[in-house]
Amino acid sequence: MLLNQFLILAAALFALGIYGLLVRRNLVLILLSVELMLNAVNINLIAFESVLRSELAVGQVFSIFVITVAAAEVGIGLAIVIMIFRNRRSANVDDLSLMRW
Amino acid sequence: MTVTDWLSEPVNWVFALVALAVLASAFRVVTAKNVVHAALFLVATLAGTAGLFLVLSAEFVAWVLVLVYIGAVIVLFLFGIMITRAPTGYDQGLDGDRKIWPAVLSLTTFGLMTWASLQAFGSTPVSNPGVGTDTAVLGVALMGRFVVPFEVVSFVLLAALIGGITIARRDLTPAEEEGRSLA
Amino acid sequence: MTFFADTAGIMLVLPFLAFLLIMAVGKRMRRQGAELAIGALAINTVWATVLFVQNMTEGVLAKTTFEIARIGSDLVFELGWVVDGLSIMMFFLVNVVGLLVFVYAVGYMQGDVRVPWFFAAFSLFVGSMLLLVGAPNLIQLIIGWEGVGLASYLLIGFYWEDLDNVRAGNKAFLVNKVADVGLLLGAIIVALAVGSFDFQAINLAAAEHMEALSSVAVVGGLLLFLGAMGKSAQFPFHIWLPDAMAGPTPVSALMHAATMVTAGIYLMARTFPLFQNLAEEVRPWMVAIGAITLFAMGLLALVADDIKKVLAYSTVAQLGYMMTAVAAGGYTAGVFHLFTHAFFKALLFLGAGSVIHAVHSNNMSDMGGLRKDMPITYWTFVVGSLSLAGIIPLAGFWSKDEILATLGHEGYTAVMWIAIAGAFVTAFYMTRAVALTFHGTYKGHGHPHESPRVMTVPLILLAIPSAIAGLLSIPGVSLPGIGNFSEWLAVREVVMGDHHAEVIQWALAGSGILAALAGIALGWVIFGKDRETQQQRDAFGVPILYPLLRNKYYMDDLANGVVGATMGPVARFVNWTNTYIIDALVNSVALLTKGLGAFVYGILDQRGVDGAVHGLSAAADGAGSALRKMQTGRVQQYAASFVGGVLALIIVFVFVT
Repeated sequence: MLLNQFLILAAALFALGIYGLLVRRNLVLILLSVELMLNAVNINLIAFESVLRSELAVGQVFSIFVITVAAAEVGIGLAIVIMIFRNRRSANVDDLSLMRW
Repeated sequence: MTVTDWLSEPVNWVFALVALAVLASAFRVVTAKNVVHAALFLVATLAGTAGLFLVLSAEFVAWVLVLVYIGAVIVLFLFGIMITRAPTGYDQGLDGDRKIWPAVLSLTTFGLMTWASLQAFGSTPVSNPGVGTDTAVLGVALMGRFVVPFEVVSFVLLAALIGGITIARRDLTPAEEEGRSLA
Repeated sequence: MTFFADTAGIMLVLPFLAFLLIMAVGKRMRRQGAELAIGALAINTVWATVLFVQNMTEGVLAKTTFEIARIGSDLVFELGWVVDGLSIMMFFLVNVVGLLVFVYAVGYMQGDVRVPWFFAAFSLFVGSMLLLVGAPNLIQLIIGWEGVGLASYLLIGFYWEDLDNVRAGNKAFLVNKVADVGLLLGAIIVALAVGSFDFQAINLAAAEHMEALSSVAVVGGLLLFLGAMGKSAQFPFHIWLPDAMAGPTPVSALMHAATMVTAGIYLMARTFPLFQNLAEEVRPWMVAIGAITLFAMGLLALVADDIKKVLAYSTVAQLGYMMTAVAAGGYTAGVFHLFTHAFFKALLFLGAGSVIHAVHSNNMSDMGGLRKDMPITYWTFVVGSLSLAGIIPLAGFWSKDEILATLGHEGYTAVMWIAIAGAFVTAFYMTRAVALTFHGTYKGHGHPHESPRVMTVPLILLAIPSAIAGLLSIPGVSLPGIGNFSEWLAVREVVMGDHHAEVIQWALAGSGILAALAGIALGWVIFGKDRETQQQRDAFGVPILYPLLRNKYYMDDLANGVVGATMGPVARFVNWTNTYIIDALVNSVALLTKGLGAFVYGILDQRGVDGAVHGLSAAADGAGSALRKMQTGRVQQYAASFVGGVLALIIVFVFVT
C-alpha cells in the first residue's frame, strides 16, 4: 500500500467536506460536513502513523483526541443550533445574516 | 509502482473497495436532498473509515470511531435534526444556489493537496500492514507522555457538556420563576 | 522774604487744578463749581498782592525754571515763572480783575446753562493767561498764548445752540491762528539766532547788539508784531473782537477787555529791547498800525446799537493806543495804559452786563432811562466812561496823557494829534452810550431793576482803581516809600531805558482834556434829548462816513472775499485730490485686499483645501461603502473566503517562492 492512496482519499474527503460546508443551507448539514472534514484529518493522521511507526503511536493518540474534540464540538454546535431554531424558528443559515452592513 | 503492481497486492483490493464506498458515501452526504439520508450516509462514511483504520493497523482507533462517532455523534445529529424540525422528506431548498464557487474551491483544494502529496511522498509505502497496534502502547502513551492533553481534553468534554446544557436550556417563564423562588 | 517769589508758580497751577476739579465735581456743588474757581483766584490774589506790594517797596526780581527737554546742547525747553516788574503787574491785574469778574459771574450766570463748564473754561483761561505772563521763555509764552486762544474759542461759543455764536468763535480762532503764524516764525527765527528761547537771553543779546540777532531782528520783530496784532486786535486783524461779544458778558469783560487782548501788548513789552535796539525799522510801521487802529476803530463805536459792540470797538481803539505807545518807545506809557484800561474797561463791561441782565437785551434801542432803576450801575458806569474818556483826575487821564507825552517826545507829532482826535471820538461815543442807555425814558418792555449785590459790589470795587489808579504814575511824583509805576515796571533784568516825563506838560494834557470835554458836550447835545423811540434819538449820521462805518469799512466782506476767492479753488482742488486720488488709492488697496480675500476664501479655501478635505472624506466614505459589502453576515461566504485565502497563500508560497 502506498501512503499516497490514503492521503489522496483523505484529500478527497476533505474537499467534499469543504464543498458541503459551503453549499448546504441547513445548519445541521453544515455540521455534518465539518464532521466529514475531521474524519479526513483522522485518516491522514493514521496513515502517517502507519508510515512513521513511532514508539508511542503518536498519530493514533492524536487521532483519539481529534475524535473526542469533534464529539464535544458537535455537542456544543447542536446546542447552538437548537437555540437558534428556538429563537428564529428556522435552521436555515441564510436567515442568520443579521450581522451585515 | 505501477497500477498492476499495486493491484497485485490483495490489501489494495480491500482498500479500493472500502475507499470507493467511503467516497461514494461522502459524496452523497454533501449532495443528498434528504437530511436524514445525509446523516445516514455519514454513518456509512464513518464505517468505511473504520475499516480503513483496521487496514492501517489502528484497531483501537477504529473501534473508538465506531463507538463515539457513529454511536454518539450521529445519534446526536439525528436528535438535532428532529428538534430543529428539518423537513425529513425531500427538501428542494437544502442546497444553496451558487455552487460554482464552492466547487472550484473544493476542487482546488483537492488538487493542491494531491499534488503536494504526490510531490512529497511519491512512492512511500505504508509499512507492514498485518502487524496490529498494541492497545497497551496507546494506554501507556495516553497516561504517560500525553497525560496533560488527556486531562485537557477531559476538561473540554466537561465544558462542552456544561455548555451544551446551559445553551440549550429552556428559559423559565416568569410564572415558573415565581414558583421557583417561593418553593 | 523770597517765599512768594519762589512759589509764584502756584499761581500758574491753581487755575488748572480748579479747571480739573470743576470738570470732575463742579456739577454737584452748590454754586456749580464757582467756589473752586473763586477759591483758586483768591489764593492767587494773595500771592499777586503780596508780590505787588513787595515790588513797590523793594523790587522783586526772580526766575524759576524747570528743564523739560533739550535739543542738542543749546536749545532747552524750560517751563517755569519769571517774577519781575512787568510780570508782577500782570499777575496782579489778571488775578484781581479776574477775581472780581468771577464773583460777578456767579450772579450773572445764575440759572444759565452749563455753569460748571463756564467756570471750568474760565479757570482754564486764567491759568493760560498766567502761564503767558509769567513765561520765562518764548515757548511757554506760546503755550499760554494758544491756551488763551482755546479758552477764548470755547467761551465765545459758550451758547453754541445759536450757530452765529459758533461762527464767532471760529472767526476769533482762525484770525488769531493766521496771526500766530507770525508769532511762531518770529519766535523761531529770533531764538535760533540768539541760541535760546529765554527772554533774558534774547533781551541781553538785543541790548548788546549781538551780531547774529541783528541780521534777523527786523524780520523776527516784524513777525512777532504780526502775532501781537492778531491777539491784540490791531487793524486789520481786529475783525474778530466785535463778533467775540457773542460770549457771556463776564467773558467779554475779562478776556476781551482786560487780559487776553493785552497779551500782544505784553509780548511787545517783554521783547522791548529787541525793538528798541535792533528792530527799529519796524517801529514806525507798528506806530502807524496802532494809530489807524485807535482812530478808525473808535469811529465804528459810533454806529453800534449793541452796547457790548460799542465797548468792543472802544477796546480795539484803546489797544491801538497801547500799541502805538509801546512802538513809539513808551514802554512804561503803554503798559500803564494797559493797567488802567483793564480796570475801567472791565468795569464798563460788567456794567453793561448788569444792564443787559436787567433788560434782557443787548441793544441800546431797548434801553433808556435806566439810571433811575439802576443807580449803582449808572454811577459806576459813568466813572468808567469818564476814566476812559480821559478826564482828570481819573486814571484814564494819566495813562492817556503819558502816551501823548511819549508820542510827542519821540517825534511822532502827527500820531499825537491823531491820538488827541481819538480822545474826542472816545468821549463822543461813550456819551452816546451813556445817554441812550441811562438817560431819557425806558423804551423797553420789561421791568428793569438793580442787579443783586454779588454783581454790584464788583462794580464798585472796580470803580475805585478806575478812579484813583492814575495817582500811581503822576509824572515826576514818586509816592513815599513805594515809588511810582515806572519804577516798579523798571524792575527787570534788562533795563528798558525809556523816557519818562518828569513834569506834566499842561499844554498837552489840556488839549487832551479839551478834546474829551468837546466830545462829551457834542454827544450830550446830539444824543441827550429824549424822543419817542431810541432810533429817533440815535438818528445822527454823517454822509459817506456813517454808511462806511455801518459796514465796518467793508473789512469783513474783504476778508471773506479775499479768502474765499483765493482759498476756495485751492480748497476745492485739495478736496478733489483727496477724494479721487488719495481716497481712491486707499479704497483701491482695500478693494484689492477684499478681492484677494474673496479669492483666497472662495477658491483656495472653499474649493481647494475644503475640496481636498472633502475629497479625502468622500474617498474614505466610498471605500467604506465598497468594503462593507463584504460584510454579508452569511457565514458560508466567510468560510469560503477563508478557504480561498488559505489556498491562495499556499499557492503563493509553494509555487511563487
